[in-house]
Amino acid sequence: MIEKAFDVVIVGSGAGGGTVAEELAGLARDGKKVLVLEKGPRFADSEFDGRELSMAPSLYAEEGGFLTAEGTMTLAFGSAYGGSTVVYTGTSMQPPERVIRSWGVPGLDFSDLDSRAKKYAGENGVHLLPPDLLNENNKLFVGGCDKAGYRAEQFPINVRGCKGSSLCNLGCPNGAKQGTHQVQLPTAERAGVEVVTRAEAVRIEERALIVQVQEKKPGAKGLPSEWAPGKYRIRAGTIVLAGSAIGTPALLLRSDLPGLPKRVGEGFTCHPAHILAAEHPHPITNDVGHPKSFFLDRSVEEGFLLETCMYFPFTTAKNLAGFGAPHSHLMHAFPRLQMILVLACDKAISGNRVTVDRAGKPVVHYRFTPEVITSLIRATRASARIFFAAGALRVHAPSADPPLLERSEIPDIDQRIEERHFKEGKISVSAAHLMGGCGMGTGPIDSVTDSFGRVHGIPWLRVADASLFPDSLEINPYLTIMALAGRVAGKLLEEKAWQ
Amino acid sequence: MPSSPFSSVRGVFRAIAATVVPEAARLDENSWLELEEIIGKALEARPAGIRHQLTLLVRALDLLPIFRFGRTFQGLDPTRRTQFLLGIQDAPLLLLRRGFWGLRTLIFMGYYGREEGRAETGYRADPRGWEAPR
Repeated sequence: MIEKAFDVVIVGSGAGGGTVAEELAGLARDGKKVLVLEKGPRFADSEFDGRELSMAPSLYAEEGGFLTAEGTMTLAFGSAYGGSTVVYTGTSMQPPERVIRSWGVPGLDFSDLDSRAKKYAGENGVHLLPPDLLNENNKLFVGGCDKAGYRAEQFPINVRGCKGSSLCNLGCPNGAKQGTHQVQLPTAERAGVEVVTRAEAVRIEERALIVQVQEKKPGAKGLPSEWAPGKYRIRAGTIVLAGSAIGTPALLLRSDLPGLPKRVGEGFTCHPAHILAAEHPHPITNDVGHPKSFFLDRSVEEGFLLETCMYFPFTTAKNLAGFGAPHSHLMHAFPRLQMILVLACDKAISGNRVTVDRAGKPVVHYRFTPEVITSLIRATRASARIFFAAGALRVHAPSADPPLLERSEIPDIDQRIEERHFKEGKISVSAAHLMGGCGMGTGPIDSVTDSFGRVHGIPWLRVADASLFPDSLEINPYLTIMALAGRVAGKLLEEKAWQ
Repeated sequence: MPSSPFSSVRGVFRAIAATVVPEAARLDENSWLELEEIIGKALEARPAGIRHQLTLLVRALDLLPIFRFGRTFQGLDPTRRTQFLLGIQDAPLLLLRRGFWGLRTLIFMGYYGREEGRAETGYRADPRGWEAPR
């Protein structure tokens, strides 16, 4: 085993890890040794080819189809230099005050989070796309919302020079999306922070990490690791965990550190989602232009969010319910399809959690509560009304049987789309907003860390990612993750925690 | 090149695939092999037991119609094949629903993951975005 020593080691390079790396850049400039470990590879700009079956296996854990233990939902999360910020759509929402306050985390100051998020929004070029760059898939949503009595809002997004490839979820082929791979990590590296890719943190020991650096497989995308393949023992003054709401709890659980709070892995939430599609009578611009420019927030009133979206043929096919001629008809109507992503605002409940199997691999346990199912049903009904109001001929609703609703069925929407048709294992549910597992709180009985990500009872160990959320955020989370990570890094610097 | 995960049950697999995506019935041998290779490649990264489970599922889907229709899946006409798979999709047993969901997902991956399958849908996303000729 190769031995190395650093002052601070950060596990993960996404919204959390990338932000901590940037905040510690000054430390690196002052001669301290700061290391970022990323399990996924680093990609050359030219490797983002926009092809579904070549990019998804390269960029996502388990090709974006990580199954829950129950086998009833797939989870999508990035595994690359920049983590999930490489594969999101760049939607940049400020932390929601109502939700942050409802968490009731002692010492977590909303205004502090808000101002930190604004700082990162500025760094990442967050703005509203001008109207001439909006496609019809998005405009139909806005018009449909207006006619159906809702008010859509525009997503601020973090792009610079967006060409409208619509391929955000396969990694921007034009380098326009300003994730940590474009902004925070390069800044950190220029200051002397070392980033090692294809490096998986296997286990945590007392102020040390056991790390496996993988060899690049022949023909695989991505650059080779910066370090020679092999096993490493890396000593560190402080370890910051930012390997996602799945990776961080799993690493802690397989490390079995003395004194680790019992709640590690508990409180997993993920905004379970359906993809809905509707067929219009004429072609619309849907596979060109930014795919996710608008949303409808019904989190308070009805427990759901609607977001515009546009996916790729295989992803679309697997998310549409059913098979055979009706499914095929819709697939072959792709140029006429409008899509909406419906997300349920789920709550942290006992039993929905991350564990590890005997090999130490993460296992996510997730059961749909009646409240989540009702939220998805309400969201699907609202979407159906919006689609029809926008002029759609027919709407595909997974929680209807049969799933295709014709215009003549508009009066029957509430009867056609019902909870009883939400049959687990039959309809596709996916999630990409993975949260919780190392929630912040008061002490080791109710939480894993304090409001600065310090793991209770283990002063050299901190958490700085979405696993800190004690409950779901009810909106797209990356700016809030960055704000929390910035706060963790700030406290680490203030305390000189590496000493 | 990854081997087809369905080589031992090729006939019934293709009958199921052509029920899930009716256009698959028109594929020539090379296109079928391409479809199966895409699935095989995806399964390479999964635990080895998955291939075995899928083969078992395909065999079961061939035999189960005997109890309802007196014939194997391959012996059914297209209407009854669809009818049977609709029943499996709605089966009371979660394990069966999940298994079929996984199989149909792989079939979609194989079919729409091919250049021709993708092109058939009319999907035209291009890295050049608005600048691409349309």
